[in-house]
Amino acid sequence: MKLHLVVMAAVATALLAPISAGAQTPKKGGELKFAVSAEPPDYDCHKNTSFAFIHPVRPHYSTLLKFDEAKYPAIVGDLAQSWQVSPDNLTFTFKLKPNVKFHDGSTLTSADVKASYERIVNPPQGVISIRKASYADVGTIETPDPLTVVFKLKKPNAGMLAQFASPWDCIYSAAKLKQDPKFPEKNILGTGPFKFVSHTAGSHWIGKRFADYFEPGKPYLDSFRAVFVGGAAMVNALQAGEVLVEFRGQSPANRDKLVAAVGDKVSVVETPWICNLVVGFNTEKKPFDDPRVRRALSLAIDRWQGSQALSKIALVRDVGGVLRPGYSLAAKESELVNYPGFSKDIKKSREEAKKLLQEAGVANLKFKFINRNVGMPYTPVGVFLIDQWRQIGVTVEHEQLETKLYQAALSSGNYEAGLDFNCDYMDDPNILLIKYVSADKSSVNYGRYNDRKLDDLYERQMRATDPTERTRLVREFEKHALEQAYTIPTIWWHRIIVYWKQMKGWHLTPSHYVGQDLAEVWLDR
Amino acid sequence: MLRYTVQRLLMMIPTLFGVAVLVFVMLRVMPGDIVELRLRAEGAQVTPEILAMERARLGLDKPMLAQFFDWMGGLLTGDFGISMWTGRPVAHEIAIRLELSLELAILATILATLIALPLGTLAALFKDRWPDRVISVFAIAGLAVPSFWFGMIIILVLLWNLNWIPPLTFTPLLEDPVKNLSQLIWPALAVGYRYSAVATRMTRSTILEVLQEDYIRTARAKGVFERLVVARHAMRNAMLPVVTVIGLEFAFLIGGLVVTEQVFNLNGIGKLFVNVLARGDYTMIQALVMLVAAFFIFVNFVVDLLYAVLDPRIRYG
Repeated sequence: MKLHLVVMAAVATALLAPISAGAQTPKKGGELKFAVSAEPPDYDCHKNTSFAFIHPVRPHYSTLLKFDEAKYPAIVGDLAQSWQVSPDNLTFTFKLKPNVKFHDGSTLTSADVKASYERIVNPPQGVISIRKASYADVGTIETPDPLTVVFKLKKPNAGMLAQFASPWDCIYSAAKLKQDPKFPEKNILGTGPFKFVSHTAGSHWIGKRFADYFEPGKPYLDSFRAVFVGGAAMVNALQAGEVLVEFRGQSPANRDKLVAAVGDKVSVVETPWICNLVVGFNTEKKPFDDPRVRRALSLAIDRWQGSQALSKIALVRDVGGVLRPGYSLAAKESELVNYPGFSKDIKKSREEAKKLLQEAGVANLKFKFINRNVGMPYTPVGVFLIDQWRQIGVTVEHEQLETKLYQAALSSGNYEAGLDFNCDYMDDPNILLIKYVSADKSSVNYGRYNDRKLDDLYERQMRATDPTERTRLVREFEKHALEQAYTIPTIWWHRIIVYWKQMKGWHLTPSHYVGQDLAEVWLDR
Repeated sequence: MLRYTVQRLLMMIPTLFGVAVLVFVMLRVMPGDIVELRLRAEGAQVTPEILAMERARLGLDKPMLAQFFDWMGGLLTGDFGISMWTGRPVAHEIAIRLELSLELAILATILATLIALPLGTLAALFKDRWPDRVISVFAIAGLAVPSFWFGMIIILVLLWNLNWIPPLTFTPLLEDPVKNLSQLIWPALAVGYRYSAVATRMTRSTILEVLQEDYIRTARAKGVFERLVVARHAMRNAMLPVVTVIGLEFAFLIGGLVVTEQVFNLNGIGKLFVNVLARGDYTMIQALVMLVAAFFIFVNFVVDLLYAVLDPRIRYG
């Protein structure tokens, strides 16, 4: 009885701990030092794609909306004070917060929002807008007054509101863009909580508190310093307290090492990650043009056992279909087990796989499997897959290439099968399903196939503003994609963050791209 | 001496041109595309038009020969071009890292020389006796242990015993010497140990060789003190190959400390080399190869001049 009480008290303390920590009054001051394992090539949000960009640059900028870090995927206003969506889902009206200042002292108006989105939707000559295709539905952008901006869509788009919370859609100064549309490539001028101080290439990045930030009293930190350090040096720096956190994620081994070394001075938080490793088959190469072969290779993978074993050594954990497990539109486990390759009866699945290979005339299949030479989680998952295929008599050669060569092989179609990934800032199907859409419509489809049924379902789910109907269409899309098995999901990533406890006010989200403006982060010194 | 110096200087030009042609051609035949890597490797949905636009911006759509002449034209006017990855001038990218690499190379050389010359001489003077054996073990261990591994051990010892690691970012020597040395002394030690081992072995063997020469016997027969025999006659003559080894090792340290710079998170030329190679940043790779080649050639030139200073026969030959 006494022991039970002690255990219950410990559990209660553990459960209450984050709440009481969250209820602490934030303290002002200090510099947050964090690690970033790569470096932004330039400073333009609209052109970049890597977390290495977001982590140091996002604190300088604001976006129209943003994800509520503590309640992801809920959305809150960043520059927008309020917003309205018309009943036909074609008009999005945003009211901006008043007296928002840029770091040079100028005042933000709806013209700045319009100029920034025009740059994304219709980039001027010489400007690269990576996400132009995502905003293809935007027809016009109007600014009836300095604090109102209206987006008129050509067609309804179920994911559009969430897209306005994209961390990549930094709002720039219209005046600066008018002078030079490429101004943001080499300069940082935003309305975010931190002003840019310096970037020492290859070394570090410094931002300092913006006193006129539009959220009163924020940010709490005096400054932040992003140190570019990766690999073992980053883990050592974290252990020594030279940096308090690395926001992308740690492997289970590094987590355990840090906890063993530093003890209760660090906290560990974990969540399913909006990143998935997928096997892509080049359908222009035989025998991968045969759906039976692709399906057999999917059936051979014991995802359920694999997730248990791999989660101990690699940053992967959850079994899921084309959307992240746990997301509202993702397949539930009861639905998932009915898809080919997701059954829990692996013996039966492998028997079926062998039969399919025999029918296709490739009972002794041999092929080369390309992978990135990135240790975590590509190598362990690649090795796992090869072992799974071995169990149905398939011989696979694992070829790990440096990213440049790997990307060249995928893009040129000079491969048979490879481990690809699908990773983004939010779960919305518009973003995550594009990987599976026909190659003539999706530049991230490296399977080189066209499937009009998938295209049609993708388009229809995008237009379905009724959540029930959208869920149904997504399920249909998923079923067809997994049956055809052009690209097959393996195991979803699992985000693990280890941080020193003096860092407060930061919330873990399923994406390493969101929740990084550092406006609410403070140091309990 | 002037003629000799000018001759050596002129010989640098065809060597550098050869390096330039070789690196340019080799890079172009390697698979991989910086534009693909830069815009698509993170999974972004990028249209072929955008890729083509970026290739045109970087000049990658031009014929190879035109690209080569553009680059050579720039080199002749001292313009190394713009990094294809960052868009910043190549000269700037290299300059901000060169200070660290140069300082590390100098520190490691000082450490290595301070260790190698006395130890190598002692080993030679006490050939086959216990000082020679102890020094040999020390030197062979230095040759056997990779410097990056030794660096990792240094970091782990510091981390687990003092809960401290060297600073992650570089502070120039003149700005804060203590902070600067607290970062660079450890990699200098890691690199300098291997470096000293090479130089110790070379010093020992050349001094042993020189000590067998007739002029040493003559000096001893004349009754010259043994200390003077060693310092003035033996060491000076033994220094030629030692200077070569020290010079080449020094040149190697500029750009060659690829793994050690990663281990200590040093923002030097070696780490830059790895990054630009992984990205396929042609302009940066070309400039770095040219820099390292020029450095090797320059160090060889200095070594040749030192030969002439140390050995008058070369000067007047």
